[in-house]
Amino acid sequence: MKRVYVNEEWCLGCHLCEYNCAFANSGRKDMAFALKDKPIFPRIHVEDGERIHFAVSCRHCTDPICVKSCIAGAISKKDGVVKIDRTKCVGCLTCVLVCPYGALAPGENGTMQKCELCLENTCGAPACVTGCPNRAIVYEERGE
Amino acid sequence: MKRYVIIGNGTAAVGCVEGIRSLDKDGAITVVSKEPHPVYSRPLISYYLEGKTDLERMKYRGDSFYDDNGCQVLYGVSADTIDPQSQTVSLDNGESLPYDALCVAAGSNPFVPPFEGLETVEKKFSFMTLDDALALEKELTANARVLIVGAGLIGLKCAEGIHDRVGHITVCDLADRVLSSILDADCAAVVQQHLEENGIEFLLADTAVRFEKNTAFMKSGRTVEFDLLVLAVGVRANTALVKDAGGTVNRGVVVNEAMATDLPAVWAAGDCAEGFDASLGANRVLAILPNAYLQGHTAGVNMAGGSAAFDNAIPMNSIGFFGFHMMTAGSYDGEMTEERSDGVLKRFFIKDGKLNGYILLGATDRAGIYTALIRDKTPLDTIDFEMTKKAASNMIFSREIRRKRFGGVV
Repeated sequence: MKRVYVNEEWCLGCHLCEYNCAFANSGRKDMAFALKDKPIFPRIHVEDGERIHFAVSCRHCTDPICVKSCIAGAISKKDGVVKIDRTKCVGCLTCVLVCPYGALAPGENGTMQKCELCLENTCGAPACVTGCPNRAIVYEERGE
Repeated sequence: MKRYVIIGNGTAAVGCVEGIRSLDKDGAITVVSKEPHPVYSRPLISYYLEGKTDLERMKYRGDSFYDDNGCQVLYGVSADTIDPQSQTVSLDNGESLPYDALCVAAGSNPFVPPFEGLETVEKKFSFMTLDDALALEKELTANARVLIVGAGLIGLKCAEGIHDRVGHITVCDLADRVLSSILDADCAAVVQQHLEENGIEFLLADTAVRFEKNTAFMKSGRTVEFDLLVLAVGVRANTALVKDAGGTVNRGVVVNEAMATDLPAVWAAGDCAEGFDASLGANRVLAILPNAYLQGHTAGVNMAGGSAAFDNAIPMNSIGFFGFHMMTAGSYDGEMTEERSDGVLKRFFIKDGKLNGYILLGATDRAGIYTALIRDKTPLDTIDFEMTKKAASNMIFSREIRRKRFGGVV
């Protein structure tokens, strides 16, 4: 299946992926209106070192430990995509406790949100990748 | 067609069903459910009382789960005995179930010490099951004075859950600190202060020795007047079925990494089982939900003829009270190193050059990276541990390892 993969040698640390993610999942039509002067809650996060930058989002693991660990049964995997039912989530953060990639962070209301590859919104393909100026993140099939 | 029987209908049972079905789509699965409910998320009972979830959303699996997985569920039925010779389970409804593979996922029961005069207390509750929570809910009133015996995870989550629906909450515990099973003294003091700021009163290193109707007489000589009593002293694994059948039990049903007991064709999983704790280097009952699922799934795969091992189990908890969040993992033997900043206390326990445990108060971002260091037994000299102490980060790994983590299928 297609996943988001990182080419860290090309990442400038511009954080555009975070803005595109937050916008894609905002349900708003205008990016400035959706995000300007507000704290954003993207599902992808750029880690910045002195000269190294890379974007981390859900790996959609073959055997996802978050699915097995969720105390609410809110995380499931369907057709290869790890999804969360945010109405069931109580914000206990057990998925943060177990995700070895540090790929999860809660949303604005304290319940968890996660990358679902923009298959649940109107983008159809990950907005973070579409908007990346450098192919520092790509959406493709690898090694399966 | 293989006949599978699962005693219990909680998280471990679901893991077991899904483990079996990952290999065997046809075998007959019978689930013996003492509780009259389809599987629900037990740890959510406090969130239910708090109003953060409801009975519908508490369902751990969808309504079609048992049908989809070809399971027959016997509700309101308990297993009485296991006969490992004839491979049958006798039920309390007089029937007996033959099995080719059996999983004991019988959970635990609240442990209630023999308090003098407990029978004179009219309104007393345990806090383990959905029915416990529903019974307690019926008695919640705005002026109720609640005494919770036990300042562990169950007692304190109960306190948080009912906080806005009662008048006053007192929590007592024989231990001298809150959450004594997962926090050291310094960290417990931080959490206790936060709970006190939210109006919870504590009587620690003290416990009730005698009850007389609505009064608790404490070991210290104090008395506590209460309307509702919640007993959350601890839990005991349900080991009797396996023990009576001749299997080895200790504090839980002893299992190996495949979740097999020493009885033929009998596996065990979840809160009733005592498996290997990789951070302790010894067996321990790990009564936490992720472990229940992981053990159940491992058992299920092996029951269906596969070969699965769960060899990196560790204790781990993510828990919050009144907006203050903490995470703990592993064991706390080893050299301690800490990071402090405003509102944050992080303690790491390092043994033999590896991270063996941690306590994080107030800063839990990306904590799974720490958890994985413990579970994977990563030598700390291969990563930049000094950097990650301050903030968990993927920057601590080599570029090559990062390429595998974020450039490949994992």
